[in-house]
Amino acid sequence: MYAAHQALSARMVEFGGWEMPVNYGSQIEEHHAVRRRAGMFDISHMLAIDIEGSATRRFLSRLIANDVAKLIEPGKALYSCMLNATGGVIDDLIVYFLGKHEFRLIVNAGTAAKDLNWIQSCKEDWQADIAIKPRHDLAMIAVQGPQAREQVWAALPESRGVTEPLKPFQAASLHEYFIARTGYTGEDGFELLLPSHQAPGLWARLLELGVAPCGLGARDTLRLEAGMNLYGQDMDEETSPLDAGLAWTVALGDEREFVGKAALPRDGRRWNFLGLVLLDKGVLRGHQTVYCGAETGLTTSGSFSPTLQQSIALARLPLAVKPGDTVAVAIRDRHVPAKVVKPPFARHGQPLL
Amino acid sequence: MSLIPSDLKYTQSHEWARRETDGSVTIGITDHAQEALGDLVYIELPKLGQHVEAKQEFVVVESVKAASDVYAPMAGTVSAVNQDIADAPETVNGDAYAAWLVRLQPDNAADIESLLDAEAYRAIADEG
Repeated sequence: MYAAHQALSARMVEFGGWEMPVNYGSQIEEHHAVRRRAGMFDISHMLAIDIEGSATRRFLSRLIANDVAKLIEPGKALYSCMLNATGGVIDDLIVYFLGKHEFRLIVNAGTAAKDLNWIQSCKEDWQADIAIKPRHDLAMIAVQGPQAREQVWAALPESRGVTEPLKPFQAASLHEYFIARTGYTGEDGFELLLPSHQAPGLWARLLELGVAPCGLGARDTLRLEAGMNLYGQDMDEETSPLDAGLAWTVALGDEREFVGKAALPRDGRRWNFLGLVLLDKGVLRGHQTVYCGAETGLTTSGSFSPTLQQSIALARLPLAVKPGDTVAVAIRDRHVPAKVVKPPFARHGQPLL
Repeated sequence: MSLIPSDLKYTQSHEWARRETDGSVTIGITDHAQEALGDLVYIELPKLGQHVEAKQEFVVVESVKAASDVYAPMAGTVSAVNQDIADAPETVNGDAYAAWLVRLQPDNAADIESLLDAEAYRAIADEG
């Protein structure tokens, strides 16, 4: 895929050991293309890990904080965190139920090696009869936007039959393709896994159809507007999922003992994880102090929102702070007023504020 | 490859400078700099009459990606700021040499001569 990105004059950056496109020109135009039409991202740096064997379901019910018992129909997916013993987030991931004793995890690039070591050590500690298969042979292309599904069907006509009935967070296989109705943008679309050598061909077909190539830059502003967390910024091994707006991904209402459960605070969250919209000029970034009366909070990620034409951020704020409040963010030597909101900021092409 | 006009002077930190007939020096960021930063969305300009030292940060440019300081190429007093680009930062992406940021009245008129010429700056820009 590197040659394909170079042919499009992509600006490349090193990311998690991969050379990845950050933009192909204007990051803002790429962002708008996804909100208004269709854009595509090469996300081959993310790793698929297949887990197989009769003990897989039991293994995953202990490994991750959401409950795989929710996955009844083959093809169904679940977003979850994998926690350490102290309740911190090792990684966030999507788990797909492929069939009877087969599941597929999709994990972040920067954490892939760490995740594999962790999963391997859990397998050994629990003497679980499972096989762990990292799929370095697969590439991944996300096609996102209101026209994304139609464009994928135009590029791969035979995929329409199996993918048109898919609901969000469902996937289907077709020959060597694995196509999921998932994404990281707040728009409709598919994420496609396919053998690496076939990725340049699919990319070229989508490009001919007018799908805009988009880099990691637009991916970040799209996920931020959609109120989706980024691992390493909005949560990490020191952060409880309850303090990162991820309580909805932690299934606590059962007897299941998953890793980290005992360490999660009994009284729930210690912070309110909310959004900020800057009311004056400037740009919010991660790690800025938020003054909320006598207490302070911290932004975890921030940028300029191309949809709102204002700067936005995600932030860990004191429990007393509620949506609608006005706070002040320290940007260099200024204290700039910001409004507290409940994310998401924008989805499906529309501002939500 | 980025544009580097031969009639301007440059710094290692990617500013350009041009001497005007009234003795002031017009300053902006290079095409290479705007390309590296990506879409600009916010520019913080200094106050009129502020005195700055050479290599002092006196402007902040922020793209969607990151914030970056702009350094004064020489000591001087801010004699004009371009309010148009503060209102429309994307014009710097459009033409980094037309969209100037600040005019300085230099303390020492000869200081501009010690800046890099286009050829010397080209070598720096090509390195990244």
